[in-house]
Amino acid sequence: MSKILVIAEHLGGKLNPSTARAVSAAAAAKPEAIDVLVLADNADAIAAEAAKIEGVSRVLTVTRAENAHALAAVLAPQVAKAAAGYSHVFAPSTTFGKDLAPRVAALLGVAQVSDVMAVEGSHTFKRPIYAGNAIVTVEADPAQTVVATIRTASWPAAAIGANGTPVEALNLDVALPSYTRFVELKQGKSDRPDLQGASKVVSGGRGVGSKENFEIIYKFADRIGAAVGASRAAVDAGYVPNEMQVGQTGKIIAPELYMAIGISGAIQHLTGIKDAGTIVAINKDAEAPIFEIADLGLVGDLFKIVPELEAALAG
Amino acid sequence: MKILVGYKRVVDYNVRIQVKPDGTGVVTEGVKLSANPFDDIALEEALRLREKGVAEEVVIVGIGPADLTAHLRNGLAMGANRAIHVTTAEAVQPLTAARVFLKLVEKEQPGLVILGKQAIDDDANQTGQMLAALWDRPQATFASKVEIADGKATVTREVDAGLETIEADLPAVITTDLRLNEPRFIKLPDIMKAKSKPIDVIELGSLGVEGGDHLKTTHYAAPPKRSKGVMVKDAAELVATLKQKGLL
Repeated sequence: MSKILVIAEHLGGKLNPSTARAVSAAAAAKPEAIDVLVLADNADAIAAEAAKIEGVSRVLTVTRAENAHALAAVLAPQVAKAAAGYSHVFAPSTTFGKDLAPRVAALLGVAQVSDVMAVEGSHTFKRPIYAGNAIVTVEADPAQTVVATIRTASWPAAAIGANGTPVEALNLDVALPSYTRFVELKQGKSDRPDLQGASKVVSGGRGVGSKENFEIIYKFADRIGAAVGASRAAVDAGYVPNEMQVGQTGKIIAPELYMAIGISGAIQHLTGIKDAGTIVAINKDAEAPIFEIADLGLVGDLFKIVPELEAALAG
Repeated sequence: MKILVGYKRVVDYNVRIQVKPDGTGVVTEGVKLSANPFDDIALEEALRLREKGVAEEVVIVGIGPADLTAHLRNGLAMGANRAIHVTTAEAVQPLTAARVFLKLVEKEQPGLVILGKQAIDDDANQTGQMLAALWDRPQATFASKVEIADGKATVTREVDAGLETIEADLPAVITTDLRLNEPRFIKLPDIMKAKSKPIDVIELGSLGVEGGDHLKTTHYAAPPKRSKGVMVKDAAELVATLKQKGLL
């Protein structure tokens, strides 16, 4: 039988929702136990949040000052040690998990399955390659620990509301390297919904034209309570910061409503939105590839259309 | 300082990938191959560090079949001093690639290894992290800015929350993100010059690495298609439709 260890992602003392999505993927493998591992300098509040995720058997905490920041070189030896006795180690396929999991796999001397989008059996998974233009079925060696990252857009967050899940402190006797040090994190300040978990996302592309013009996107997003994203072109041009990029090398998202405004729809961008419920495209070029996958398309000048949308909403 | 750069050849990023009807792979016959875009960025960064006087030598590494030579010549034309070609008929998985790199690291003793954060064929995003683990050295993944001074790298990383800066003692492994730099174009005279640059050929089997290809790919499928939707005539109709669907 399988036992799965899910690595909790957290920042600023709060559990990241990607953790509950990784728990969903773990549950799909029908294991006898799903334990969540919290590595932090102060794990209590995070562990309490993790304990509320339905389907979690136990929450394990490792509290060390070195765990104040998520440095893969520091966390990996602890995860590798904690992995003893588990058949699987799962982490969300966010920049946190992508950074950490392969380091864990290499310490264990095992392969990693990246971006799991479906669990077909305890050791059989589906994952995308070529920017999602092909889906492969891979079989992991049952004689080895399976290390996998979970493509969060493919999985709903496991329900919150569990009671009485035990929280246990682990004492791992592991020497940690000091050759990597955290300096700073520059975070965009935003009261808008989180791009990766939002049910509605409005994205702007090169067609928006400038940093100043992007205000029209923010304003409309705020009007409908949406998160704001962007194409690579808009990020490269400096209209918006990197954390807003949606696509193959940015964030892969699955909102119920995705509105692409002034985005032509390069393959790499479409990869990031394929799982969205309804895709709306607004572009002045009727031939733009975004219209090939959009559920609803509107051809025209975004600077005319977006104010009209707001007016129609008010009406 | 010597810099080792991973230089993988992949299906060109503009090619629309087709899955073979029998599900045994993707069509690669007659398809344009190019350097992995993230590896071009890795090489560019190494060349800039050499031009700044931080490094003296840039060595590119390719793992692949005999005909990889032409691809490595491109990297040499871009400016690498020499190339190492690890020959193997079969594509290797990230753990094997990392073990190969570790062998080369032990032999070459670089101060820095720069790899692309992922290859755009298997999209695994693993080799750099795995190498750093096996080597027991720092990793700075998804780099968008690199500064080298006083035996350490200060690296800005593109993370989900924003931009994170970390400090790593050298030697270290850096993996590149898109905005680290814009790779230079290869000039014709450099292609001529590259012909005389050395390529060491090493058979993978002779390196004595334990095989790490533990994943079996049993089936390839095309992704589910989104069907083409409908066009609406104006903003009012769009809002009405979205309201009707309960999305607004």
